[in-house]
Amino acid sequence: MSKLRPQKEYEKTTAFRFFRWLSGSKDPYIGEVEMHIQEENILPEETIIERMREAQMRRDKVYDDELNKPAHLFHKVYVIMAVLFCIALVAVLLITVSYLPPSGNPDNPVNNVVSERYIESGLQETGALNIVAGMILTYRAFDTFGETNVLFIATCCVMILLMVDDAILKKQAVLNDRRYEPKNDAILQGTAFILCPIIFIFGIYIILNGHLSPGGGFSGGAIMGAGLILYVSAFGFKKTQRFFDEHIYKIAKITALCMYGLIGTYFYMTGANGIENHIPLGIPGHILSGGIILPIDICVGLEVACTMYAFYALFRRGGL
Amino acid sequence: MDFIQNFPCISIILCLFAGIISSGLKDKAAMWLNAALLTVNTLLSAFTLTYTLSIGQPFVYVMGRFPAPWGNEIRAGALEALMALFFCVIMLLSLFGGRHKLVEEVEEGKTYLYYVLSDLLLSSLLALVYTNDMFTAYVFVEINTIAACGLIMIRQNGRTIEAAVRYMIMSLLGSGMLLLGLCMLYDLTGHLLMSNMKEAVALLVANNAYQIPLIVSIVLMSVGLCIKSALFPFHAWLPDAYGYSTVSSAAILSSLVSKGYIFLLIKIIYRVIGFDIYHDTRIVDILFLFGLMGMIFGSISAIRENDVRRMIAYSSVAQIGYIYMGFGMGTQVGMIASIFHILSHAATKSLLFIAAIGLTDVSGGSRKFIELTGSGYRNKWAGVAFTVGSLSMVGVPLFSGFISKLLFSQAAVQNHTKMLPALIVLGISTILNAIYFMKTVIRIYTPIGETAYTNVTFKDIPIYAAVLVAFIILNVVLGISSQPVVDIIQQGLSTFA
Repeated sequence: MSKLRPQKEYEKTTAFRFFRWLSGSKDPYIGEVEMHIQEENILPEETIIERMREAQMRRDKVYDDELNKPAHLFHKVYVIMAVLFCIALVAVLLITVSYLPPSGNPDNPVNNVVSERYIESGLQETGALNIVAGMILTYRAFDTFGETNVLFIATCCVMILLMVDDAILKKQAVLNDRRYEPKNDAILQGTAFILCPIIFIFGIYIILNGHLSPGGGFSGGAIMGAGLILYVSAFGFKKTQRFFDEHIYKIAKITALCMYGLIGTYFYMTGANGIENHIPLGIPGHILSGGIILPIDICVGLEVACTMYAFYALFRRGGL
Repeated sequence: MDFIQNFPCISIILCLFAGIISSGLKDKAAMWLNAALLTVNTLLSAFTLTYTLSIGQPFVYVMGRFPAPWGNEIRAGALEALMALFFCVIMLLSLFGGRHKLVEEVEEGKTYLYYVLSDLLLSSLLALVYTNDMFTAYVFVEINTIAACGLIMIRQNGRTIEAAVRYMIMSLLGSGMLLLGLCMLYDLTGHLLMSNMKEAVALLVANNAYQIPLIVSIVLMSVGLCIKSALFPFHAWLPDAYGYSTVSSAAILSSLVSKGYIFLLIKIIYRVIGFDIYHDTRIVDILFLFGLMGMIFGSISAIRENDVRRMIAYSSVAQIGYIYMGFGMGTQVGMIASIFHILSHAATKSLLFIAAIGLTDVSGGSRKFIELTGSGYRNKWAGVAFTVGSLSMVGVPLFSGFISKLLFSQAAVQNHTKMLPALIVLGISTILNAIYFMKTVIRIYTPIGETAYTNVTFKDIPIYAAVLVAFIILNVVLGISSQPVVDIIQQGLSTFA
């Protein structure tokens, strides 16, 4: 005969908890794991209906062209004409493409002295094994500087639209930007803990080997930006701001672009005025080779990573 | 090589640097950096202009260590330097003239972004003017488009956001067409450098090879740039973008951004396709037709408008029509008239926008005509400036608009087939211009006795008044001593080919 335990002692045993879980009388996660209950934004029924009716009335008034027969007809004709126009444009472009020189033909006009020199003497002249990097960063360095500025100006425009004042940002910090996500998601954090260093190292590798293998500043920077975004979505803005806040973002961006500009200016000016270039090309294949390509790649990588992260942060909460 | 040949490159690079550094500065510092940049660039462009006039021929400047078909290259002649000088001056005046509104209308702490955008916009305009390479042109067209969108939407209200979205869609359509045309042309010629492209195109035409893709690519590039510069059927984005953005943006957009694209089209016509080949494709006839339609319909829309800013914006459609009509003549004289009109319209339209803001400010901020009654007495500087601008637009002698109308008529008379339509439409358009501009001038000088609005004197608005005076002087100088300018344009065009 077994002894009947007192109720208090019985409640401490595993069996009690097991049967309780089995019967569903208590959720084992409650009180054990940090959870954030989603707040539903419930408006009083009346205002919703009222607002919907108002909006609908306004919409009806503005867009109702049933009563206005000419406008109604115009809209229909407009849609039909737009579709016809697009089809016509597509047809014209397709027909034109069929008249273009066939691709891969050795007699094509594109295969001329320009590409010949890029391919044949690109290695000696730029010191880069990756001819594409040599082309965009040495032969056509000015275009690429412009292209980097396109990224820069795009960030400026997004800032105009989405940047929020610091005071409002602090007020919102209480509300938090992750209203619908659990805080400190263990799986995400564990994955980010393992992946972030690898992603960063891979990005740096691609940037530093831009002149040796496929890749370069743009692709490496995009990878590093992705790593930053993963980190911030796993650990939140507060932890990210310990090493990457708006101040550091500005310094990094301006330094990178200015360095690029200075190297570029040195390159254009000395080249145009026939002054000797003091940046050595090095031995092709070594990591320290390729003349201006490596430093420019680093600058571009930094700028692209900053831009990617800034886009994410601005869209998410309106500030870095 | 003379050191002065570095100046075009230096001025582009300086703009980019100023934009980059401004992004880390406070509002005030960014403003001063921008003003300094514009002053320095004006001086550099003036030196370049005198240099190119003294050597009498354009020079090319290799950007980097590799000569032209492999590396980048810029080219400066008399015409390019004149354009660059003019762009810098107009931008400087427009920014100073609209500064007090900028402070009011742009969120505090974001003004520095306005100067970042305008620095980069100037860099792209200078690059479009000086470039000798089609792909460089495309890259800077991108910068130009994004910067222009930012300039529209930096004053944040619903209207400007909508205008910016509309502008972006139309402008990206234009960029896309330009890029498609450029790709096709590259496929046919194998070059991106303008002079090499021209040789290859001449060879293609002589051999009668690839006729269809060549025509399609020319059409795509022309239409793309027409959309971006708001030629008549593609002007739907224009009135909102110019009418609701902050006043400096409106002045810069109307007088510089669209003119940059038109100048690029001139470069394509002369330096990429070749004037005769472009003329033989008959595209000029379509440009001529659309130009004429724009001149009439733009003016009619302006007459119907009850908002002074939007009225001036619609007037831009008509003036762009004039420029394309000059292209459509298909003669050297017509082109010279068009280029002079680019300058004259830039000087006048920015003056009108900036003067109009002074008039609306003393009318309680309302832009309706009824409220503007008598505002010419309340702000005398703006009233006089608006009158000068209107007279110039209508084409009264002494002002720049008269000279461009004269040049257009001369060009029309020399072209036998297009003389009649051009002269008739020119006449009709002048009358329509007079109707809506004189209506406004009479309205602002109609006395109404006692009002609730306060008068403004020179002491309240010294910088604004100085800017207006500078604009008036520019207008009158262009109108009185136009011959030297026309000579420079002629010299620049003759060395353009």
